[in-house]
Amino acid sequence: MDDVIIGLEIHVQLNRLQSKMFCGCSTAYHDSLPNSHTCPVCLGLPGSLPVINKRAVEYGIKVGLALNCKIEEETLFYRKNYYYPDLPKGFQISQYDYPLATKGHIMILGDDGAERNIRINRAHMEEDPGRLVHAGTIDKAKYTMVDYNRCGMPLLEVVTEPDLCSPKEARVFLDKLKSILDYLDVFDGTQEGSMRIDANISLKGGDRSEVKNITGFKGVEKALSYEITRQKNLQRRNIKVVQETRHFDELRNITVSIRSKVGAHDYRYFPECDLAVLRIAPWVPAIRATLPELPDIKRERFVKQYSLADDHAKSLTSEIKLANFYEAVAARAAPRLAAVWIADVLKGELNYRDLSIESFQEEHMAEIVQMLEQSKISEDGAVQIIRELLDKKGGTPGEIVLALGLCRAEDDAVQKAVREAVAESAAAVADYKAGSERALNFVVGLVMKKTRGKADAGEVHKLVKAEVEKA
Amino acid sequence: MLSELKDRLKAESCEEYLCRLFEKIEKSSLNAFTTLAKESALKDARLFDKNPGQGLLAGVPIAIKGSISTKGIETNCSSRILRGYIPPYDAHVIERLKAEGAIIVGKTNMDEFAMGTSTETSCFGPTKNPWDRACVPGGSSGGSAAVVAGGEAPCSLGSDTGGSVRCPASFCGIVGLKPTYGLVSRYGLVAYANSLEQIGPLTHTVEDTALLMEAISGHDERDSTSAEGERHCYLPGLEDGVAGLKIGIPKEYFGEGVNRDVEKAVWEAIATLESLGASWQEISLPHTRYALAAYYVIAMSEASSNLARFDGLRYGSRQGDDKDWHTTFSEIRAKGFGPEVKRRIMLGTYALSAGYYGRYYLKALQVRTLIKEDFLCAFKDVDLIASPTMPIPAFKIGERINDPLSLYMADVFTVPINLAGVPAISVPCGFAGHLPVGLQLIGPHFGEATVLRTAQAFEAATPFHEAQPEVI
Repeated sequence: MDDVIIGLEIHVQLNRLQSKMFCGCSTAYHDSLPNSHTCPVCLGLPGSLPVINKRAVEYGIKVGLALNCKIEEETLFYRKNYYYPDLPKGFQISQYDYPLATKGHIMILGDDGAERNIRINRAHMEEDPGRLVHAGTIDKAKYTMVDYNRCGMPLLEVVTEPDLCSPKEARVFLDKLKSILDYLDVFDGTQEGSMRIDANISLKGGDRSEVKNITGFKGVEKALSYEITRQKNLQRRNIKVVQETRHFDELRNITVSIRSKVGAHDYRYFPECDLAVLRIAPWVPAIRATLPELPDIKRERFVKQYSLADDHAKSLTSEIKLANFYEAVAARAAPRLAAVWIADVLKGELNYRDLSIESFQEEHMAEIVQMLEQSKISEDGAVQIIRELLDKKGGTPGEIVLALGLCRAEDDAVQKAVREAVAESAAAVADYKAGSERALNFVVGLVMKKTRGKADAGEVHKLVKAEVEKA
Repeated sequence: MLSELKDRLKAESCEEYLCRLFEKIEKSSLNAFTTLAKESALKDARLFDKNPGQGLLAGVPIAIKGSISTKGIETNCSSRILRGYIPPYDAHVIERLKAEGAIIVGKTNMDEFAMGTSTETSCFGPTKNPWDRACVPGGSSGGSAAVVAGGEAPCSLGSDTGGSVRCPASFCGIVGLKPTYGLVSRYGLVAYANSLEQIGPLTHTVEDTALLMEAISGHDERDSTSAEGERHCYLPGLEDGVAGLKIGIPKEYFGEGVNRDVEKAVWEAIATLESLGASWQEISLPHTRYALAAYYVIAMSEASSNLARFDGLRYGSRQGDDKDWHTTFSEIRAKGFGPEVKRRIMLGTYALSAGYYGRYYLKALQVRTLIKEDFLCAFKDVDLIASPTMPIPAFKIGERINDPLSLYMADVFTVPINLAGVPAISVPCGFAGHLPVGLQLIGPHFGEATVLRTAQAFEAATPFHEAQPEVI
C-alpha cells in the first residue's frame, strides 16, 4: 500500500460490568425505558459525587496487560470540559496524564502476509455520555431527545500509534482487538454501540483527517477507503488536505466535514479532585494471574498439540467460546478432522444463519466427527446432519442418521456396486481411456444409484478410477 | 443552648415552639430564609411530640444553607438558574441530621453559588446583619449566620470554601466551624470549589457546634474524599481546658490592613487564653501573602467546571422558547447567572485554558502545597494557631459590592485554612463599635477536638456569646 498512515482510537464499553463507572446504576439498560437507569450521580445532579468502580479499573488493567502495556504506578482521572446535551455535568470524567496503561503492542497479519507489530500508545478509562435521539435526521430534526441510560457506562479508550497501512489492516487490527477483549470477558460486542471508533488517516506528507464515531468494522474499512480516495483526489488536484474532523455517513458511504482544527475544542483538562489518585501498581500481580491464555498463544498451542494447519488454528482461536468448543470436541474425536469440520463447515453454517457457537452442542459435533472418522457417514451426510441440527433443533446426530437413512453403505456393498457399474458401462470406460476424464462421472453416478446415495461420492470416484485402470 | 432547648422540648410542645419560630421568621426583615419547609417541619414536630426518640438532635429545628441538597425542598444556591429545582435526594449531612431527629425549617440565603463574602450576590437580594441592618451578615453563608444570630433558628449548617462559615459567624457574633477537609461528607453539597470546601455548623455556643459535628461528621462512601475511620465524639473532653496548650500567633495575620478594634479584641482574647493556662508564641506562615491569589485561581478554575452543568436542560429555570442547543443554553446561562458568578466562570475558564494552565492553575497548586507545609511546619511547635477571623467587622451593604478586589481581600485570613485543609473555628471575642468580632482558632488536620476544647474554655471565660442583637 502506498504511504497511507492510519491510527485508531477505539472506545470499548466494558459492558460485562454490573454497574456504571462512577455510580451504582445497572449497565443492563438495553431494552429499558429511556432514562430509567439513572441516579443523581450519572445525571450529574447538583451536589452528587462520583465514586470509582474499582472493578472497572481492574478490567481496564486486564485489557492493558493483554495489550502488552506498561501499567502505571498511579493513575488519576481528569475532567474533560465541553458543552453538549448528552453530557449532564458539562464535563466528562476521563484520563489525561497518568492513564491506566501505556506503550503496548499487538501482532497482526499485515497486508504483505507478514506478522506486524502495531504499537498501542495508551489505554485509558472514561465515562460514556448519554445518547441523543433526533426526531428525524440529524440536520432536519425539529427536536432532539436525550436518553441518559448510557451515561456513565465504563469506557476504555485504546489509542494506537499510526502504524496501520491500509483500511484492511485496520480491519484486521480491530478483529484482533475484539478477539482479545472477547477472551478477557470484559466486553460483549453484540450490544449496539458497544465499540465506537475514531480513525485518523493521512497520506504521506499530508495533513490528517479524523473520522469520528464509526460503529462497525466494515464501516471503518469503508470510511478509510473513502478518505484515501478523497485525499488522493485532492493531492492530484494540488489542493491541500486540511486537518479536520469528519463524520462517516453510513448510508451514503462517504465522510463529511464537521469541523476544522481552527475551531478546535480546548477541553481544559484538569484533575478531578472529587476522586482520589489510585495506586494501581500493587493490583497488577493479582490481575495478571487472572489473564487467560490469549489468542496468539492458544493458536500456537493448537498447532503444536493437535497438529493443526495454522489457518484452522487461527480460525478456531478467534473467539474464546469457539476455541473451547473445539477443545471439548477434540478431546472426544479426531482433533484434526474436528478442526476441519468446525472451522470450515460448522462456522460457515453458523455464519450463514447468524448464529453463535452456543447454538450447537459439543457432544453433537463430537458424535459427527466420530462417525466421519469411522466412515459411518459420508461428508455430504455430515453436512446434512449439521444443517438438520441447526434448522430443526431436535434429536441427536445418531437419530438423524437413522431418520434420514444417512448411514453410509458397507464398503463391500460399495465395491460390489463399483464392479457391477464398471462392467455395465463399457462405452464410458472406453471414452475415459480415450482421454475423457469426465466420462467417469457416469460410472460414479451409477454406483451412487446402486447404493442409494449412501456411499461417499469422492470415495466412489477413487474406487471407480482404480477399477477402470485395473481392467 | 441546644441542651437547654432539648430540655424545654420535654415540657413544651415542639409544634407550638416551631409555630412561634415560623411566626417570627415570617415577620422578619432579615431576608435570611429563601425557602421555608413549614409544612414538613410542623409534621416532623407533631411526630416528635408523639414520640421524641433518642437522636442527638431530637426535636431541634435547624436551618440549611441553600447549597445543600434537601429532598423535596427547593435548593437553588440563591441563583436564578436553579430557581424551582427540587432535589430528589438528601445530602449526606441531611440524612444524618434527620437520623438524629433534627427538624429542617428551611433554606437560607447565600451569595450566589457561595461566591462572595457578604451575601449580596444572591438573586434574592442581600441578607441583613441582625446587629445592624444596614450591614452585611458576611458570606457566603450569610443567611445561615443571620438566622442563628437573629433567633430565627437555634442552629444551622453552612458551607465554607474560603471562609464562608467563619466570616458570617464572625460578622454575626456566633460560632462557626470549618472542619478538616474530608471530615464531613460533601455528598449533596452543590460544588463551588470542590477541593476546598466543607460543610460546617453555625451555632450560639461551642458545645452546640460540637454536638452538630458529632451528628454530621464521619465517613461516607459516596464521597471519595471523605476520611476513613470511626465517627468522632466531640462532647467528651470539651471541658478539659487549655492548661499547657501552646498557641501560635502568626505575625502575617496582624498589622497592616487589620482594623484596630478587631486586632485589640483578638489580643485580649489571646490574653484570656493565657490567663486560662495556655502559652503563646509568635510564629510565621511565610507564604500567607500568596494565599489569596492561589485561592482565587483554584476556586475559580474549579467553579468554571463545576457550574458547567447548569444549562437549564434537566432542572432549574428554562424559558421554553428553545432555539438550537448552543443558543438556548447560552441564553439560559446568560440570564440565569449573576455578574459575580459570570466573572468567576470566565476567570476560571481562562486560567484552565491551553497554554495558561501551567502558568495559573498548576502554579496555584504549587503555592497551595507551600501553604499547607507552612501549617504542617507550624504545628510541630504549637498545638493551635490564633488569629482574627476577619480583618474587619461587618461592612455596609453596598459598600464593597462594586469593588470585587476589596471583597476578595477580606478573605485573607480564612482562605489559607481551606488551602491547607485544616480545621478552624470562629468564636465571638468582642466588639468593634457595635459590631461583633470573631477570634479564629486553627488546628492541625483532624484537630477538631483541640480547637473545640480551646474555644469552649474561651467561651466559658467570656460573655460575648451571650450578647444578643436588639430585636427590631
